[in-house]
Amino acid sequence: MSFTLNDKAAIVGIGQTEFSKNSGRSELHLAAEAVKAALDDAGIAPSEVDGMTTFSVDTNQEIAVAQAVGIGELTFFARTEYGGGAAIAVLLHAAMAVATGVAKTVVVYRAFNERSGWRFSTGVSEGVPLTSDMLHWSWYMPYGLMTPPSWVAMFAQRYMHEYGCTSLDLAEVAVAARKHAVNNPDAWFYERPITIEDHQNSRFIAEPLRLLDCCQESDAGCAVVITSTERAKDLKGSAAVIRGIAQGAGADQEQMTSYYRPSISSLPEMDLVARQVYAMAGLGPGEIDCANIYDAFTPIVLWQLESCGFCGRGEGKDFVKNGALEVGGRLPTNTNGGQLSEAYVHGMNGVNEGVRLIRGTSVNQPAKNDHVLVTAGVGVPTSAMILGQLQ
Amino acid sequence: MTTEKQEFEQQLQAYVGLEIGPPDEGLDPVNETMIRHWCDALDDRNPIYTDPEAAKAAGHDGVVAPPSMMQSWILRGVEMARPETMKPNKQTELHALLTGHGYTGVVATNCEQGYTRYLRPGDRVSTTTVIEAISEEKATALGIGYFINTREIYRDQQGAEVGWQVFRVLKFKPAQAQPAAADTGAAPATPRRMRPPLGHDNQWWWDGIGRGELLIQKCGSCGTLRHPPRPMCGACQSIERETVRASGRGTLYSFTTMHHPKIPGYEYPLVCALVELEEGTRLLTNLVECSADAVKIGMPVELVMTAVDEELTLPLFRPAQANKG
Repeated sequence: MSFTLNDKAAIVGIGQTEFSKNSGRSELHLAAEAVKAALDDAGIAPSEVDGMTTFSVDTNQEIAVAQAVGIGELTFFARTEYGGGAAIAVLLHAAMAVATGVAKTVVVYRAFNERSGWRFSTGVSEGVPLTSDMLHWSWYMPYGLMTPPSWVAMFAQRYMHEYGCTSLDLAEVAVAARKHAVNNPDAWFYERPITIEDHQNSRFIAEPLRLLDCCQESDAGCAVVITSTERAKDLKGSAAVIRGIAQGAGADQEQMTSYYRPSISSLPEMDLVARQVYAMAGLGPGEIDCANIYDAFTPIVLWQLESCGFCGRGEGKDFVKNGALEVGGRLPTNTNGGQLSEAYVHGMNGVNEGVRLIRGTSVNQPAKNDHVLVTAGVGVPTSAMILGQLQ
Repeated sequence: MTTEKQEFEQQLQAYVGLEIGPPDEGLDPVNETMIRHWCDALDDRNPIYTDPEAAKAAGHDGVVAPPSMMQSWILRGVEMARPETMKPNKQTELHALLTGHGYTGVVATNCEQGYTRYLRPGDRVSTTTVIEAISEEKATALGIGYFINTREIYRDQQGAEVGWQVFRVLKFKPAQAQPAAADTGAAPATPRRMRPPLGHDNQWWWDGIGRGELLIQKCGSCGTLRHPPRPMCGACQSIERETVRASGRGTLYSFTTMHHPKIPGYEYPLVCALVELEEGTRLLTNLVECSADAVKIGMPVELVMTAVDEELTLPLFRPAQANKG
């Protein structure tokens, strides 16, 4: 007997707060607002929610959000590790709960004051117990390799060396994202375009990564509501059906520092996830119309394009040329501006944009929108999904 | 309130409204060189400060000075760090009065400026300062003290106002905690590199470093080398563990030259290096004794055990010395 999550669950509501650098309110407040907005979008009352998932790094307990929003009894709650790598896994767990009947209506949320509160860019710090996580960081702390861009830069330097990729290629990713943000009133960089030259003139953060290779830091909350595809047909909102969804950790997986694999110029974890997602959806890369690809840093977009089969290994730099990631290009990507230019919400704003693409309501809406790929953070155990239209 | 205290406060209030002394004259006229240095230092790229064409396009006759430079035109430079060389005035007198009563600390708390017109090269700036207000005694985190507001009016060579500044300082009796800390004679903490948290799974490795040895964990059963170390062998699940001492020779597998953020205790640009040891495992370290543009993937490197401070030794790497005897 085989069981599949293919088409079993759908995203029926999306919600978000504004994206800012200083929200002026608590993370719990942001979570509650985002959840309420998602429920309103779905036309579902808080009392109907019976499941919640979020990231293990989220500071807002399920029961605290539930109380704030007026959600009553919960029969399911689960969290996922590894920062932004959890972005789709939290939906996977929600879909599993819905498909197995453990819960009927699951809210997925993520909210933080990542800019005005604790900033990830400040790096790992001393003075916590020696968990397996801290044991891992102990190999990097004395040497000063403690920030997300530096972890990614180490991979990027090797990848660029092996495949002849340059900073100009990375600039293509940054400029495409910004073009989309320029049209998006929700984006932090709304109406603020950049050029390849701006990218090249931006200062180095951790070579080869420049400031404009790095995502923003944002205060924000995002949430979605997941229920069964059958029930989605009876709801007011326009649903995005989960055609395929998966999570995965690769062999020799480290948290952001998988530097000990035979090659460090690819993402085995995303290879694994992409294989599963395509198999579950019965689709291939040729049938993906547009995408939201986790873009904490520009080079990780290239690697994911390769892992997801849009081009061969090392060919990401060629794929992104000539506006391939823009509306009208081969794979309109991060049409909200991405985390580079809309906001950094641990990939959850990308989930919301994936739903808008299926609904046809993106501010940069491509004409064809049968299937949308959405991915989570990489360099860590990751996850991805393909969304499709409700039949 | 004691009579003594009342008298003291009356003495203080007598300064309110006083002009502190004759106008302070800027040492140099507004000039393009200092403007350029200022813009460089603050990374201010507004072209109207440096490019005459851009300034004209913006409606000026030529380049103008950044308005926020206003105070810098009358500052005294290094002289200000030696108060004994400064000419006494009503403000220094007021501060001395407070210091004499135990309010020895001083900290600037607020600064507000307003600008009437842009300053242009050739302008000569002078300023007059009035002690505008002195607060009641306040309790603050630093200690109890008085807030002193001064208002400076900035004028040009014609005596016309070009801007103003309100400056507020707290003159305070340092709170108890601070003298107590000073009494212990403890030197101010110098930022240093982060210590690795230590436990069962890594202490032995750092002990090796303490002896000047770079160790690699080796499975006691199947002989697989592994780094970072693990409590169990992923190849054969043995928990028998041995070590081999690395030769210290390797090649640079990848690297990143770090610029930002600058974490206290580390020197930037900081080259973080992924070194492939000749034994086959890789190690994250820093590359030293190598100029940033000479760093190349594939370059031979060698171990240089380095005491980065009194307590911490790290296995750093440098370019292999070709002629090393």
